[in-house]
Amino acid sequence: MNFAIQITCSPYAGNGGLTAFRFIETALQMNHQVNRVFFYKEGVYHAFKYNTPPDDELQLTAQWSALAERHDLDLVVCISAAQRRGLLCEDEAKRQGKLDDDVAAGFRIGGLGQLLEATLTADRFVEFS
Amino acid sequence: MIKNFLFVMSQAPHDGAGVQETLDIILTTAAFDQSVSLLFLDDGVLQLHQRQQSEKVGLKDTAAIFQALQIYDVHEYFVESESLQHRGLKPGNLILPVQEVYRKDINALMRRFDRVISA
Repeated sequence: MNFAIQITCSPYAGNGGLTAFRFIETALQMNHQVNRVFFYKEGVYHAFKYNTPPDDELQLTAQWSALAERHDLDLVVCISAAQRRGLLCEDEAKRQGKLDDDVAAGFRIGGLGQLLEATLTADRFVEFS
Repeated sequence: MIKNFLFVMSQAPHDGAGVQETLDIILTTAAFDQSVSLLFLDDGVLQLHQRQQSEKVGLKDTAAIFQALQIYDVHEYFVESESLQHRGLKPGNLILPVQEVYRKDINALMRRFDRVISA
């Protein structure tokens, strides 16, 4: 089975993101495919590289980066939702005169067209909100 | 490749950027020449209320975007009857022509679609 995933909830306002993470991890272990994970609305907060929760708490952003590297997972963050919430990619950070971009390793900035493409080519589209 | 998309609108208008961001997905989906239908239920039915005047509180007029959807060939709007009744609305008070669906028939309606996206 080939899954397209959308995540629209903030990592700290509910468990949707963690549930999505475990779903994806399990699906990959069971040899299913995940063609893309699309972060939209409040979901873009998963991709902030300067997220710094206390050391003894769940480091979800770091876990996404590690999962992406392990499985060559495509983590796409919607550009308009991201900019609305202050998450800037390298080009935009430069344009705004910022010193650095905000996107954690393994995530990339994209557009809604990539969500559509993922939903059209997957067998199942699953949302976590 | 054309699929039938159903967007389930359940959020009140002007409560954060959610409705605006869902409209962005709807417009993108329609621009990709997919078949797009909308289902309004719970507080989502309020998105179709006439005379919202959101500009008076400095917010974007999302109702105008719903009306513009017709240009993108989005013509199918379903509204859950019970959600309308509970909020004192009638199909005649709404900004778009809608088809009423009873709650007991919502499941069967959703099954007709290839992709269901919540909002």
